[in-house]
Amino acid sequence: MILVPCPFCGSRNSSEFRWCGEVKARPDPNSTTQAEWRDYLYMKSNAAGWIAETWYHREGCGRYFRIERNTLTNEIHAAEAGSPVSIDADAASESIGIRR
Amino acid sequence: MQPRVEPVWSPVTMDYNRASRGKRAEWRTSSHNGARSKPTLAERYSVFNLLRHGIDGKDWPRVWHEHDLKQSYDVVIIGAGVHGLAAGYYLARNHGITDVAIVDRGYLGGGNSGRNTAIVRSNYLTPEGVRFYNRSVRLYERLAAELNFNVMFSQLGHLTLAHSDSSLRTMRWRAEINKLEGVRSELIEPHEVKRLVPYLDVSSRARYPILGALYHAPGGIIRHDAVNWGYARAVDASGIHIHQKTEVTGIDVEHGRVTGVMTTRGRIATRHVLNCTAGYASVVAGMAGVRLPIVTHPLQAAVTEPVRHFLSAVIVSGTLHVYVSQTDRGELVFGASVDPYGAYSIRGSLEFTEELAGQILELMPSLAKVRLVRQWAGLCDMTPDFSPVMGRTPVVGFLVDVGWGTYGFKAGPVSGEAMAELIATGRTPDLIAPFALSRFAEGQLVGEKGAASVGH
Repeated sequence: MILVPCPFCGSRNSSEFRWCGEVKARPDPNSTTQAEWRDYLYMKSNAAGWIAETWYHREGCGRYFRIERNTLTNEIHAAEAGSPVSIDADAASESIGIRR
Repeated sequence: MQPRVEPVWSPVTMDYNRASRGKRAEWRTSSHNGARSKPTLAERYSVFNLLRHGIDGKDWPRVWHEHDLKQSYDVVIIGAGVHGLAAGYYLARNHGITDVAIVDRGYLGGGNSGRNTAIVRSNYLTPEGVRFYNRSVRLYERLAAELNFNVMFSQLGHLTLAHSDSSLRTMRWRAEINKLEGVRSELIEPHEVKRLVPYLDVSSRARYPILGALYHAPGGIIRHDAVNWGYARAVDASGIHIHQKTEVTGIDVEHGRVTGVMTTRGRIATRHVLNCTAGYASVVAGMAGVRLPIVTHPLQAAVTEPVRHFLSAVIVSGTLHVYVSQTDRGELVFGASVDPYGAYSIRGSLEFTEELAGQILELMPSLAKVRLVRQWAGLCDMTPDFSPVMGRTPVVGFLVDVGWGTYGFKAGPVSGEAMAELIATGRTPDLIAPFALSRFAEGQLVGEKGAASVGH
């Protein structure tokens, strides 16, 4: 259980959120090749260290936001208040199916 | 077009292209690594030697040895878990290749191979999956005899409970696919479930009543440490070097092919590297410039104090995200789904035990007073389709046997056998062809989420 600093609601237990994965640059679906699109969908950096990721506050404000977390220690750098929210729709729907 | 894997010279068949299969396990007498000669009767584990050592008080021979790191090896296997050790074992046994180093940054079998809940089964959803895991179960069935090491494989049966109509339909689907591949699985009614496991609550009072179950007779539990040690003992005796506490810090790639591996004990020149590092798969692959479709999630498990034997099957509930089995010592081993965010932390959490306890008591209310003794975690390399990633990568000579998620231990023997064949012959065995890394670029995923884990 880690505390996730929602920029809108404050620090809450991770059980209130859904993790949406690492932030990835999404190619334009209208002009991308199939290979590029599949690379975007499936390939991951899965870094052991600081990553930028999106969380969705499912049992709270219902908004998506981006933070930085160290995957080795679960140390978190909170998003600054008022920082741009990452509406990463594909990251939101793409998950490994854990329903909490 | 996939780059060709250069096969390794096989001294057994005296050529690059043909593997010698089906040879009895032999303790090699000749190899570059100074293999010890065939063990005498005195070194085998047997009742005779047990009595003899009891009388003369002498020590048993060391199960594996330490070696200096050579400057080059034909094959370097990164990761001394069940997959890495099995690959080494079958390289020696089936192909006579023993100039191999198996390196691990910790102690052998200290990763997921020592942290799993030791369940072996083949009741998967896709025909490719069923064929693959069935081969593994068959290898496990004769492993103790072959390795001369008691792996304690107890085929006490495996029950996957269905709590809804859609779940029942999936169980029926799995049962039919299993039967088609010659694997014994069948759909059974709640009263039959009750007869197998009297302590289960099959009444309609439960929040999620049991509507039926997939009963898989060949499934069961095994002593995971024994499998690791048994393979390590055989691997060591064949002349292969196991290098513990040897961390890989880099992989040298020149003109798109592997030329060596950098470790904390020095550099190894090699043209064949096999990545068997599970949770650290992406980190190691990154050293070779290879990207994988993997996210590492912690998976927790817990165990209770030993109690009188009452559970005669492994019980899994997908709906309740929980599974339980009882070891030979009477301890109840529990597992659930992976932590819901990617991380490289192996700490347990109270959230896990709280949810687990709630779900287990749903199933078996009489367990309320049983004491939980220990909880731990491993790191699972999760793929989008819950199937592994095996075989070649865009870097020539860099092979992977990763993406094993929460279902890797049961696949140890068959993976080792298949990867050994690929390394020795240069040809990908049909059994693992569907699991190629290229399937993601081609859109040919092998969807096993319905049968691979309880996290759905």
